[in-house]
Amino acid sequence: MKNPSVDTHLLPAERAGDEPLLAVDNLHVEFQTRQGVVRAVNGVSYSVDAGETLAVLGESGSGKSVTAQAIMGILDMPPARIPKGEVRFHGTDLLTMPDDARGQIRGRRIAMIFQDALSALNPVFTVGWQIGEMFRVHQGMSKRDARRKAVELMDRVRIPGAKSRVDDFPHQFSGGMRQRIMIAMAIALDPEILIADEPTTALDVTVQAQIMGLLAELQQESDMGLILITHDLGVVADVADKIAVMYGGRIVENASVFDGYRAPAHPYTKGLLESIPRVDLKGQELYAIKGMPPNLLDMPTGCAFHPRCPYRKENCVTDAPPLYTVSDTRGSACHYWREVLDDGSN
Amino acid sequence: MGRYVIRRLLQAIPVLVGTTFLLFATVYALPGDPIAALGGDRRLDPQLVSRMREQFHLNDPLLVQYWYYIRDILSGDFGTTFRGVPVSSLFEGKFQVTFQLAITALVFEAIIGVGLGLWAALRRGRWQDQAVLAVTLLLVSIPTLVSGFVLQLVLGVKLKQNTGVDFFPVAGIQDGMRSYIVPGLVLAGLSIAYLTRLTRTSLMETLRADYIRTAVAKGMSRRRVLGRHALRNSLIPLITYLGADLGTLMGGAIITETIFNLPGIGQQLFQSVYLRENAVVVGIVTVLVLVYVLANLIVDLLYAVLDPRIRYE
Repeated sequence: MKNPSVDTHLLPAERAGDEPLLAVDNLHVEFQTRQGVVRAVNGVSYSVDAGETLAVLGESGSGKSVTAQAIMGILDMPPARIPKGEVRFHGTDLLTMPDDARGQIRGRRIAMIFQDALSALNPVFTVGWQIGEMFRVHQGMSKRDARRKAVELMDRVRIPGAKSRVDDFPHQFSGGMRQRIMIAMAIALDPEILIADEPTTALDVTVQAQIMGLLAELQQESDMGLILITHDLGVVADVADKIAVMYGGRIVENASVFDGYRAPAHPYTKGLLESIPRVDLKGQELYAIKGMPPNLLDMPTGCAFHPRCPYRKENCVTDAPPLYTVSDTRGSACHYWREVLDDGSN
Repeated sequence: MGRYVIRRLLQAIPVLVGTTFLLFATVYALPGDPIAALGGDRRLDPQLVSRMREQFHLNDPLLVQYWYYIRDILSGDFGTTFRGVPVSSLFEGKFQVTFQLAITALVFEAIIGVGLGLWAALRRGRWQDQAVLAVTLLLVSIPTLVSGFVLQLVLGVKLKQNTGVDFFPVAGIQDGMRSYIVPGLVLAGLSIAYLTRLTRTSLMETLRADYIRTAVAKGMSRRRVLGRHALRNSLIPLITYLGADLGTLMGGAIITETIFNLPGIGQQLFQSVYLRENAVVVGIVTVLVLVYVLANLIVDLLYAVLDPRIRYE
């Protein structure tokens, strides 16, 4: 264990075997709304190992954030409900775990950062207080020691003049600095898993790159598993090891980042890749996937992507594709993944 | 900060001038002759009438009268009534009574309103929440006249008769602080209802904030999330309401004071309007405006304490 403070909280089934550090298995999440039941996540499975970076890609409403919140256990239940599935951490299902045991994991061993750091930080407390809270509450550290640790962490996420800024409030920082503070807070107790939900969406492009660089670096230093949730494929290409593409609450493709980017095996992934602006195609119209994201209250029959799919054949309208095995490390939920794959490698 | 306070106090001057003038003009425009009213049914000696009109500058135009009034006020003289009594002597003790009544009501309002509101918000959608909403609706719809007399009867008379408990005095102020309990509760009734609903909405809104989700993700207990992360943020709008309400409570105490026979400024105000004692009416309202302005200033300063994003230069 790299973090001595959590040794006392070892899970009964904790073992080094072939079980990945974190595995989401056939997870279903639904929301009770006035209009009916919204099935936001429909059988998602993915896994992350220590030191590994998984990028979860997809447009808004694809269920990627909801999956992350289910892992963290911060969904509002009700209206949310998890009818099926497991989230295994070191082999133990977090979803069936007693609340207090799960509380020992949340924030300490699995941490999360959010999209908009300004609204995600409490406006009425200093950043030092908010970072230090992790040590005061979880480790019973004194105010002075916690503040000192907060300064150390702010240094570690490279906030200039950390010592003089520890007593400032969130609104006194720039967007990039605020996200660094979020990161400092999340890595405070040396978590084994860090979930970053659209960490750079609210930031300038140059700052985006810095934040991604920082995340990658912190991950290497401490060997965390990193789950990077984004809709921006450009952002993750450099840092991710593997990708999971989500659409309509399902994983439609998972692959190593190299395979996925070189030759996508699902038409949706292909569409996403083609809609990245490219310098060499300057002046040409930017490709956009036609149509609208699916309405979760009224999902299309068969393959959820079929109304927007250029590869659509008759059976796509009626038969939902399973996640076909493309290779040992690769899957695609498309009946015609071979065609898509062939097109891509040309 | 100091400069801000001074600026705000200076800003109060035009507010005071404006309100006193408006009031002065309104009283001036009232029909009837206050001097003639002094005699009741009998006609007064015309010589006396003209002398008094001269003495009280009643023959001068409105602006001139107003100028005399302001000049006297600035030298600390609230003037005399048409009956020859110094106005300031009428104020003696009465503002204290009203102020104490209003503060008692404010304390009830803050404790019950905020408490009930927080409780309802934490049980959103459940029967407790629905019950609180129903009770506040009921409170809003009961006029002070009704709640005042009912509580007076129930707590002051029936309780004593049936159980022998004589804890709630319901008339006069001879029992000190205790005298204000029931009147304060009655006066606070409407405000309690509003503040309960405001608190409920405020906390519910705060609980939806992203930083609350962050606190939960940090592994903080529900208790800590509510008590440390949510509470302070949801208090900010309530302070505004409470501050503004102090003025409203002081000005709206007339009925309560009458029911419970409290010798406060409300009764004096009513009497003075009735008797056309203009100097008293304007004097009382001037003081009330001052209270209002000061209460708002305190609210704005408290704001900066609660919310670091607000800084006054």
